[in-house]
Amino acid sequence: MEHQLLIASTLCYFGAFLRTLLHLRERVFHRSRIHFALISLGFLLQTAFLFARGHAIGRCPITNLFEVLIFLAWSIALIYLVVGPAYRLSLMGAFTAPLVFLLEGVALISRLDVPPPGRLPPNTWLELHASVSIIAYGAFALAGVAGVMYLVQERQLKTHVLQSIFYQLPPLPSLFAAMSRLLSLGFVLYTAGMVSGFFTGEPLPALKITLALAVWLLYGAILVSRYFRFVTPRRIAALSVLAFAGALSLLWSIEFVSHRA
Amino acid sequence: MNLFCFGLNHRTAPIEMRERFAGHGDTAQRLREAGAAELMLLATCNRVEIYGASENSIASDEIARSMRRHDSSLTPIELEGFYRHSDAECVRHLFRVASGMESMVVGETEILGQAKRAYEKAQACGDTGPLLHRLCQRAFRVAKQVRTRTQITRGSVSVGSVAVDLAEKIFGDLRKRRVLVLGAGEASEKTVRALAGRGVSDLRVSNRSPARAQELAAAVNGIAVPFANWLEQCREIDILISSTAADDYLLDPLLLTPLLSQRRDRPLFLIDIAVPRNIAPAVNDIDGVYLYDIDALQSIADEAVELRRQQFALAEAIIEEHLHDLHRQIESKCEKTAVPRSSRTVPPIAPALGTSQT
Repeated sequence: MEHQLLIASTLCYFGAFLRTLLHLRERVFHRSRIHFALISLGFLLQTAFLFARGHAIGRCPITNLFEVLIFLAWSIALIYLVVGPAYRLSLMGAFTAPLVFLLEGVALISRLDVPPPGRLPPNTWLELHASVSIIAYGAFALAGVAGVMYLVQERQLKTHVLQSIFYQLPPLPSLFAAMSRLLSLGFVLYTAGMVSGFFTGEPLPALKITLALAVWLLYGAILVSRYFRFVTPRRIAALSVLAFAGALSLLWSIEFVSHRA
Repeated sequence: MNLFCFGLNHRTAPIEMRERFAGHGDTAQRLREAGAAELMLLATCNRVEIYGASENSIASDEIARSMRRHDSSLTPIELEGFYRHSDAECVRHLFRVASGMESMVVGETEILGQAKRAYEKAQACGDTGPLLHRLCQRAFRVAKQVRTRTQITRGSVSVGSVAVDLAEKIFGDLRKRRVLVLGAGEASEKTVRALAGRGVSDLRVSNRSPARAQELAAAVNGIAVPFANWLEQCREIDILISSTAADDYLLDPLLLTPLLSQRRDRPLFLIDIAVPRNIAPAVNDIDGVYLYDIDALQSIADEAVELRRQQFALAEAIIEEHLHDLHRQIESKCEKTAVPRSSRTVPPIAPALGTSQT
């Protein structure tokens, strides 16, 4: 039942992803309620899956890389559903759906779901640390998505080649504002996640701390550059994309280290 | 019941004639006396059309005379400027008009609002009935579908509107944006007026001739800036429209770069509509600065025209889809009333619109 919920959720995101591909092929981009509806449905199914899994293992379902990826996909969808309408970034769904589909798809097909030996003892700090950190990753992911949208629009404006998608993208200042707030939100959550990690009572491998600190420093540097205007908005957008790609690979490493430790 | 459309437009008649036959307060009354059961007058700057329904056909010259503003005279040459469509052709025509396919600027959307207002006016006067009601509602639906399912309204088709649309695209709300017009020629005046029309309130004009700068500034409710100080304005402004007759570049990266540090994160949109150009192309390489010269703007306008032309077939398909749907409704009504298939001719469109009882 759990996996069926997840498969149904992945199919919803796949539907939204297909619409994006179709739009790309036809070079016609519309602001689409269908995207929003598909992502909302996918999100509800994901929530049901996480609830069922959490109930089964007796704690927040982030005990292995499979669950971490699903939880991350859920966080991205959650933040999109909150931020997208608020900033009128409806087209963000076209960019978000493929990312969420990719994360869930990888989680489903790569046999990462190693079940825990049994019901684990609850550890509130550990669950808080992991869940807040992953939601922070969701905010960073959305900042990266806003960065891609910014770069696409910037490129078209510079080259004077305006494609269909250009007319559907939000204005540059709105995108930059959304990106900045998502980076700030992610950074605050990530900091809270890091601090809570010290209260878990679990052993803290040096490499895990180093990698987590590297992500924190990376985003801290981007935010400092943004607020003190050391770099231009275009570079902040590019850094948001690169930083998320880097953070995602580090997340993998952190998980790997955790399991080896 | 006969459904008809009778009128003239920018293709068939010059503006003087469209003015003469723009309709008046008694037009509806006269047509009702001639036997029209339902009526709607659509009068815009590009067209004057009467949509109506009557039991018996009303002669074209009679309709034309009723539309004439000051007298009822009509010459044969004038009558040649009119067109008339009946039943299915009339429906198709209204669908095309409401969708902007018959407009001077293909794909413009203002016509839909004008058609809606014309319908509301006719309705308020008690000139409409079930036939025009259904026809108009269907036409508004078709127009909406054409707008959303095709790209016939996409892009701007003139240099001025491309510049203004790009500004809106880059900045979003233009009301708080600051605009400097460099050179007070006709081209920049048109562009700045279009920007003022989109809500820009902070307009600054700089020109070698201070008198001309003040004249244009007064016309657009802006302020005149001495020509010696225009470069300093680049620290504050969001949009620069340049169209001076200078032989050399007035702005290049060396001049602009030092001014950008105080601009915070705001983009700078430069519109150079001068020939020879006033702004060095290398300025476009600076981060956050977007330079469009006359060729770049024209090229975007041309692409939009071409794109709209390509979308025509898609729009036609949507219209035909709706016409077929209406025909299917007719067939269905014929089945219900047991009209033998052999006795059915090309059906008039009116019954499908709900007036079979009349």
